[in-house]
Amino acid sequence: MIHSIQELKELANKRRCNEDSCKDELRVCIGSSCASLGSEELTKELIKELKTDTKISKKCKIKGVGCNGLCSAAIMVAKYKNSSDEEIIYGGITLDDKESLKQLAIEDTILEDKKLDMSGSFFTQQKKIVLENGGIIDPNDIEDYIAHDGYLALFTALEDMVPSEVIDEVKLSGLRGRGGGGYPTGLKWETVSKVDSDQKYIVCNGDEGDPGAFMDRAVMEADPHKIIEGMALAGYACAASKGYIYVRAEYPTAVEKLNKAIKQAKKYGILGNNIANTNFSFDIEVRLGGGAFVCGEATALVTSIEGNRGNPRQKPPHLSDYGLWGEPTILNNVETFANIAPIIRNGASWYNSIGTAKSTGTKVFALTGHIKNTGLVEVPMGISLRELIYEVGGGLPENSELKAIQTGGPSGGCIPKELLDTSVDYDSLKAVGSIMGSGGLIVMDQSSNMVEVARFFMDFSKSESCGKCVPCRVGTTELADLLDKFIKKEAKPSDFDLLKSMCEVVKDGSLCGLGQTAPNPVQSTIKYFENEYIEGIKND
Amino acid sequence: MVVQTDDRYKMVEKTMKKLGYDRSALIETLHTAQETFGYLENNVLKFIAQRLKLPYSKVYGVATFYHFFRLKPKGKHTTVVCMGTACYIKGADKILESLEKKYNIKAGETTKDSLLSLISARCVGSCSLAPIAIYDDKPVGKLTLEQSLQEVEELLR
Repeated sequence: MIHSIQELKELANKRRCNEDSCKDELRVCIGSSCASLGSEELTKELIKELKTDTKISKKCKIKGVGCNGLCSAAIMVAKYKNSSDEEIIYGGITLDDKESLKQLAIEDTILEDKKLDMSGSFFTQQKKIVLENGGIIDPNDIEDYIAHDGYLALFTALEDMVPSEVIDEVKLSGLRGRGGGGYPTGLKWETVSKVDSDQKYIVCNGDEGDPGAFMDRAVMEADPHKIIEGMALAGYACAASKGYIYVRAEYPTAVEKLNKAIKQAKKYGILGNNIANTNFSFDIEVRLGGGAFVCGEATALVTSIEGNRGNPRQKPPHLSDYGLWGEPTILNNVETFANIAPIIRNGASWYNSIGTAKSTGTKVFALTGHIKNTGLVEVPMGISLRELIYEVGGGLPENSELKAIQTGGPSGGCIPKELLDTSVDYDSLKAVGSIMGSGGLIVMDQSSNMVEVARFFMDFSKSESCGKCVPCRVGTTELADLLDKFIKKEAKPSDFDLLKSMCEVVKDGSLCGLGQTAPNPVQSTIKYFENEYIEGIKND
Repeated sequence: MVVQTDDRYKMVEKTMKKLGYDRSALIETLHTAQETFGYLENNVLKFIAQRLKLPYSKVYGVATFYHFFRLKPKGKHTTVVCMGTACYIKGADKILESLEKKYNIKAGETTKDSLLSLISARCVGSCSLAPIAIYDDKPVGKLTLEQSLQEVEELLR
C-alpha cells in the first residue's frame, strides 16, 4: 500500500535501480499489428529461455511492451541500454530471429540490417505525451508505470492541490476533447464540479468505433494505468467517487489489461477508500460495449452502461446535469484522460506551449492506407497535413500518387491534395469540410473512387443508425441507394439535386451526432470531386 | 420454471450475482452467456429475463441491438474479413464478395453443413497489415484475393 507521495517516490526509485532492474531491457512490441505476426509467442519463448540461461537473465530483462508506433515495421524490438540510457529500435523482426535476439540480449551487438533510422522524421517529428510510455513499459506491471513517473500527478494533486486548482490547471492547458468533438475539457469538469450532488460519475469512452482507427485501443493496451490516473484526477476534481470505463468487447486484450491494472491499483492503495490518507475515495469498473457505433454518442453510451439498447436521447439535459443513472457525469475519451496526468505533472503552461493557440497539445493519429509508414503517431497540433504525410508518414509508396486524405471516419470528410498545407487542428479541419475526429487518417491514392468511398461510409452509417429518429434511419438508407445509382452510372440529373438536398435534411433533422454528421463524407466529396459524381449521371 | 442443472447456467448466474441481479447487469450477463454457450440461444435469453426480472422482449431487444451478440451458433470454422476503411481501400470488399460467392453465403451467415461462418468485422485494429482476415484464430495480413481463398480452403481441409 502506498500512503503518501514520499512512499510513491521511494518505490519509483527502488524500482528504477535495485539489483533486479539495473539491467538492460529487450522490449518486444506486443501491440495489435506485431501481435498478429506472433510477437507474443516470441516474447514468451524468449522469457522461457532466459530463465534457464543465467548469462542472459543476469544482464538483460525481456519484456513485452505496448504499441511502439511504426506498425509497418512489425515486429518491432528495442534494446535499451541502462548504462547509457539509450535505445536502439529494430524493425521487421520475424520468429526466425530468435537466436540473434538472444545474442542481442547478452552482447552489445547491433543487428545492422534490421536497425531503424532513429534520426528519420518518423521519430523526430513526433511529440509523445499520450504515447510516452508506449514501447517502453510493461502494461502488466504497475511498478514499471510508477518508475516512469506514474501516479505522481495524482499524489501531487491529493497532497498539494485543492480540487479547483486541478480544474484550473486543466482549463489553462487548453485541452479539448480528443474523441473528436473538441469541447474544452476543463470547462466540462468545472460544470460538473459546480453541480450539487452526493453521487457523480466519471465515465471513460473506450468504445472506439471508427473503422480504421486504433489509437484508443493502443493506449488501453499499452498504458492502462495512465487512463486510471486521469480518471482518478477527474474524480478528485469533481468530487466523484465512481468511474466506469466503457470498452468494446471486440478488444479483449484492452479489457484484460484494464481489469488487471485496476486490480493492481487497488492492491497498491491507488484506488479504493481514503487514497493517500485523504478523504478522497475512488473506484473504477470496466463495462463491455457490444459493437454499436452509436454508443460513442454520450447519451447512448450512458444508457448502454445502464443495460439498455444504446439509443441516444434529446439534449438538454446534458450529462453534466443528468448523466449515468440520472446523476451528474463527466464523459471523456481515452486519449483525453491520458493527457491529464502529464498536464498536472508538467504544468498547464508546458502543455499549452505545444500546438496552436486554440488547439493545444498533441493528437494521436492512426496513419493508414496508401502510405509508407503505417502506424500510430503522435504529433503536435498545428502540423500541416503535408508534414504529417510526407515527413512523419514517409509519403506514398512508389508509383502511387496522392488523391485525398480522409479524417474523422464516417463523420468526417475527404480533403483533396490541393489542401495539403491545411494545419491539423480542430478549426482548420472543420473549415475545409472535414473534422479532426478521433484520429483515423486514411491516405488514398489515385486508385480510389471517391463516390465509392462515400458509399462505403454511408453503408456504415446506415447499418449503425439506431433507428430511433426517421431522418437518420430512412435518410441514410436513401442516401446509400442514391450513391449506388451514381456508382452504376445510372443516376438521373435530378438525382444529383436530390442527393444534395437529402444530405441537408439528414444533417438538420437527425437527433444525434451520428445522423447529423453522416452526410459529411458525401458533402465533402461533392465539394472537391464533383466530376466523379457527374460521371455517374446517365445522359439520355 | 425448469431448474437449470446445466453447469453453463451457473456461469451466467455467477455474473448476475456479482452485479447484484440489477437490471444494468443485462449486457454483462449476455456477454458471459455468449462466452459460455457460444451463442445466445432462446432458452438462455428467457433464463436471463427471469432471473433479472426483465421482460423477455427487453432482453431480446438488447441482444439484437449489439452486433457482438450472436443468436445463431457459429460454424466449425470462422473467417473474419476486416472491413475497416484501411482494408476497404485495399480491396477487402472484393475479398468478402468472392468468399460470399464461392461459399454461397452472406457475411454473418454459416454454410448449410455448419462448417464455415463468414463474418465481416468493423476493424480489427491491424490497419498496417491491410487487408487482413482472421482464419479461426490466425490473422493473415496483406492478403491477395487468391491467398484469401486459399486460406479458407486450408481451413476446411
